[in-house]
Amino acid sequence: MFDKILIANRGEIACRIIATAKKIGVRTVAVYSDADQYARHVKMADEAVHIGPAQSSESYLRSDKILAAAKLTGAQAIHPGYGFLSENEDFADACQQAGIVFIGPPVSAIAAMGSKSAAKAIMEDAGVPLVPGYHGSEQSPDVLQHEAQRVGFPLLLKAAYGGGGKGMRVVESAADFDEALQSAKREAKSAFGNDKVLFERFIRNPRHVEIQVFCDEHGNAVYLAERDCSVQRRHQKVLEEAPAPALTEKTRLAMGEAAVKAAQAIDYVGAGTVEFLYDQSGEFYFMEMNTRLQVEHPVTEMVTGQDLVEWQLMVAAGQPLPLSQDQVMVTGHAFEARIYAESPDNDFLPSTGVVEHLRTPTEVDGVRIDTGIEQGDEISTFYDPMIAKLIVWDIDRDRALLKLQRALREYRIDGLTTNVEFLRRLAANKAFKQLDLTTEFIDQHHDQLFATDTVDLNTAAVAATLWDVLQQQPQTVDSPWQRADGFRLNQASGYRLQLQHDEEMLDITLQRDGDSFVQHHNDNSIRWQATAQDDCLTLTADGHRQLAYIAEHDNGLSVMLESGRVSFQRHRVADTLEQDGPAGELVAPMNGTILEVLVAAGDSVEKDQALVIMEAMKMEYTIRAPHAGSVTQVFYQAGELVSDGAELLIVEQEES
Amino acid sequence: MPVLSSKVNSKDAQFQENYASMQEVVDDLNAKVEQIKLGGGPKYQERHLSRGKLLPRERIEKLLDAGSAFLEIGQFAAWDCYDDYVPAAGVVAGIGRVEGVECMIIANDATVKGGTYYPLTVKKHLRAQEIAERCHLPCIYLVDSGGANLPRQDEVFPDRDHFGRIFFNQANMSAKGIPQIAVVMGLCTAGGAYVPAMADESVIVKEQGTIFLAGPPLVKAATGEEVSAEELGGADVHTKISGVADHYAMNDEHALALARRSVARLNRPQPTQLDQRPAKPPRYDSKELYGIVGTDLRKPYDVHEVIARIVDDSDFDEFKANYGNTLVTGFARIHGYPVGIVANNGILFSESAQKGAHFIELCAQRKIPLVFLQNITGFMVGKKYEAEGIAKHGAKMVMAVSCAKVPKFTVLIGGSYGAGNYGMCGRAYDPTMMFMWPNARISVMGGEQAAGVMAQVTKDNLARKGEDFSAEQEQQLKQPIIDQYEKQGHPYYASGRLWDDGIIDPAQTRDVLGLSIAASLNAPIEDSRFGVFRM
Repeated sequence: MFDKILIANRGEIACRIIATAKKIGVRTVAVYSDADQYARHVKMADEAVHIGPAQSSESYLRSDKILAAAKLTGAQAIHPGYGFLSENEDFADACQQAGIVFIGPPVSAIAAMGSKSAAKAIMEDAGVPLVPGYHGSEQSPDVLQHEAQRVGFPLLLKAAYGGGGKGMRVVESAADFDEALQSAKREAKSAFGNDKVLFERFIRNPRHVEIQVFCDEHGNAVYLAERDCSVQRRHQKVLEEAPAPALTEKTRLAMGEAAVKAAQAIDYVGAGTVEFLYDQSGEFYFMEMNTRLQVEHPVTEMVTGQDLVEWQLMVAAGQPLPLSQDQVMVTGHAFEARIYAESPDNDFLPSTGVVEHLRTPTEVDGVRIDTGIEQGDEISTFYDPMIAKLIVWDIDRDRALLKLQRALREYRIDGLTTNVEFLRRLAANKAFKQLDLTTEFIDQHHDQLFATDTVDLNTAAVAATLWDVLQQQPQTVDSPWQRADGFRLNQASGYRLQLQHDEEMLDITLQRDGDSFVQHHNDNSIRWQATAQDDCLTLTADGHRQLAYIAEHDNGLSVMLESGRVSFQRHRVADTLEQDGPAGELVAPMNGTILEVLVAAGDSVEKDQALVIMEAMKMEYTIRAPHAGSVTQVFYQAGELVSDGAELLIVEQEES
Repeated sequence: MPVLSSKVNSKDAQFQENYASMQEVVDDLNAKVEQIKLGGGPKYQERHLSRGKLLPRERIEKLLDAGSAFLEIGQFAAWDCYDDYVPAAGVVAGIGRVEGVECMIIANDATVKGGTYYPLTVKKHLRAQEIAERCHLPCIYLVDSGGANLPRQDEVFPDRDHFGRIFFNQANMSAKGIPQIAVVMGLCTAGGAYVPAMADESVIVKEQGTIFLAGPPLVKAATGEEVSAEELGGADVHTKISGVADHYAMNDEHALALARRSVARLNRPQPTQLDQRPAKPPRYDSKELYGIVGTDLRKPYDVHEVIARIVDDSDFDEFKANYGNTLVTGFARIHGYPVGIVANNGILFSESAQKGAHFIELCAQRKIPLVFLQNITGFMVGKKYEAEGIAKHGAKMVMAVSCAKVPKFTVLIGGSYGAGNYGMCGRAYDPTMMFMWPNARISVMGGEQAAGVMAQVTKDNLARKGEDFSAEQEQQLKQPIIDQYEKQGHPYYASGRLWDDGIIDPAQTRDVLGLSIAASLNAPIEDSRFGVFRM
């Protein structure tokens, strides 16, 4: 085994790897960019080396700096995690050249699977089932158009050298093919430096089922059960589980063996994942093989009781796999929910900001949290907006799902928009419980998943008000002016608070009566009592006790009740009045980089014409003309950084 | 600690009768306050609201910190004083917390006769400024007034304590470092224009606030120039061109938010520190004051029972308990602040007056605020008392009260008659604040006594002429006098004329005093220097 390894990654996966290394006594070296100086992975590691500015292209993607860090610290091996350099054959090669072990598959295996079209050809030869498609190297638009007709619509267009959903497009008809092709090529070019694309028949309502495989240098290969990752948004996974439910033993076996066959076809070593599209009819087709540890590996660990990072280190150190296939046992059921800084209500657009308030469920009894984020950390545009992975295990799927719901209720984040509420609704969704699984799940159950919570707004607002009152209680010696009792001469006194929730103004008045507070609400008198401890408010209304968790943030506070969460703004008129943004709608939806400006001042544009393409959080966004008119001013050029809300250009409406 | 033990039995018939009678006057008080709160009434309020303006009390609510107390001053000003109905004299005033700073807020009520200044409006405005100056409270003027009430110009314009004094006060407070902030939310015409112009900082609301020395009608009359109010003195003119106002507000709420920001950057020093302790409520229910005191001023009660329901933990460390015990003096705390209490427990004798003078000197020396609980028919009269020099002993107490520079707070809890009013820090003795219970009465002497004196004088005159004065005639003479004294001594009459700062529910006394003391501590406590005590 190695004495010391370097982790060429950040965030939760770096922390995850460090944890295992510590467990088995291996020393660890972290690397960090300017943005991560105080990050959790840096604090956890025995040593850390600064490798450059925040942009990953200048830090976490710089193999030269990472190798230099390994040399400097004497690390014998490099674990690349996932993303960044994990599937970069040049990096793996450079490690080899430098005499440092790359904890991952051989360079040849990465290369073989790196191009999806080449990968499919290999798999076809090895007898692994494939979806009809075009994986050829001929990339002229005419040929591609012709091949598209052959494969049939709808089809899925992808970057040949991509991954993680980048550059992917579903094309519904031949008419849309050209525009989608150009956009996919552009995205592929910018993300992977190669604009080659491939496409294949798009299968309706498939499930995404993948097999964890592991091979060692001694010719051993096993599969560690399967994972169902059907629940996806923007072609990226949200909720994963293991084992995949409602699969026959026969299918399981067939998929497992096909996966091992696939790995062996490329002389694979280490951890890999073979992804299949699982047709509801029971057929499955090879999609791709990921030559790295997957984000969702913990669900496999939970049901097999194995530490896959430990396996990776053993294999990389030349040791044989710890288990043979017949020793691999699957017990119970596990879920992983990915907690992201993103806005489900706004098309899952990533959000940025500071995690001002963070309370997590306790990690006991089959609840596990993998995270690299602590309270006070910032989610920036530089990296993936994942905050944490919440993993739960229990004896069966229903029990695990209940546990997931509870743990999500205990997961309280404030300061930025997250998908926690969405995940709660997802975990509680009946169709999900009843195994109505498909990669289209979120779209198909949109109404239920995006239903607004039925939180009692009055209770939430009273909780917020009581929180305020209790915060203002004089501590020891204080002026009677400090008592927040709203004293009024010869009138009833009350604590009054005006709170804004979305567009609604709530005006709450609570009159103190002994140790309770009386509220006149809808012709009723409600008697409230409250005590506060840390961030938890115990709230009793006419004998009904409940808990409310409070998170204070800039100019407001959030109340989290059993029934859901409500965010309030304290009513401060001055702030809202002075934030008159630019008049037009042509503003950057978030912080990001301008990729391309498609128009110039003086151009006439049609309604919905693409004007600017920007990239943010590794996604492309097209800014379109809100109306027909002429472009009068363009404020940015390609390559420039823009901040959220910046006006990009002006399109003057045509006089009609 | 010397905790007072109450001997009150709430089952006692007299207690219950007292309670009921006090409850009745408190209910009447609260009902009238509810009415006063409605300002000029629904019709004018609706018109005001339809212009997108907030009502004065709502403006104050939005100006104050969430949950802040508001200690209203002169709630009953102009009550039943004019043929016109002028609730609160058309200006709402009081102390409240803004951004953690206790401020004096003076808000014109444009729904009451256009917010014009009646004589009592001027008096109330000046009184609020006087309190602010005394307590070093920043002043926030929410201006929305048509200026002086023209038909009453002789009572509001020319004299020393008339309209012009408002600006004199602004100037002198500003000179003392007491911030003056004006928010122009409506008219600010003629003399009124000086409120924002004299302010340290001012805010003006777009399309609502106007400031000009002469309004469009007067301009037209004088020069023939036709100009709209907005063009003449609106927010645009004054924030962009003239510089008469500093901050431009989009609406009332925005203006109040800007005013809050002004207060937030005042850089106010910490108020005066006393030896403060954590506040403890009294051990007895303050509502029991109703049953103890009642409304019949002739029925005596032990003032210790009152003190026990006002001071922290009912803890009262009495001074000279066995000497001159018709005046109760001692140390206590109210909301944690140390206070010296001077309370009547009967008529004033020479001993009680000397004890009072001694105790007031003591508190002035130690810079302990004084609280006077006034229920006094006067000094003892008669040959014996004159001979022992009760006049000079009374004078000592008056001297001590006059010259003590500690914050002084007077509550009229019963009768306030004659020279007793002087020794017990009546209005003329500049109490920092002065309040009245709804059962209290104030006059030079009791109505019965005055009628008796008048009857005696008449009887003597008639007797000199050899004429008879029948019992019936005597009653005919006395009743109008009794009636007049009852009317003029009544709290509504007194408070309407601003002889005090407000009528208060006895149950709120402790809170009112606590807030008043805390507010007064924004000013440093001066050293006291006394005049010549006649020995």
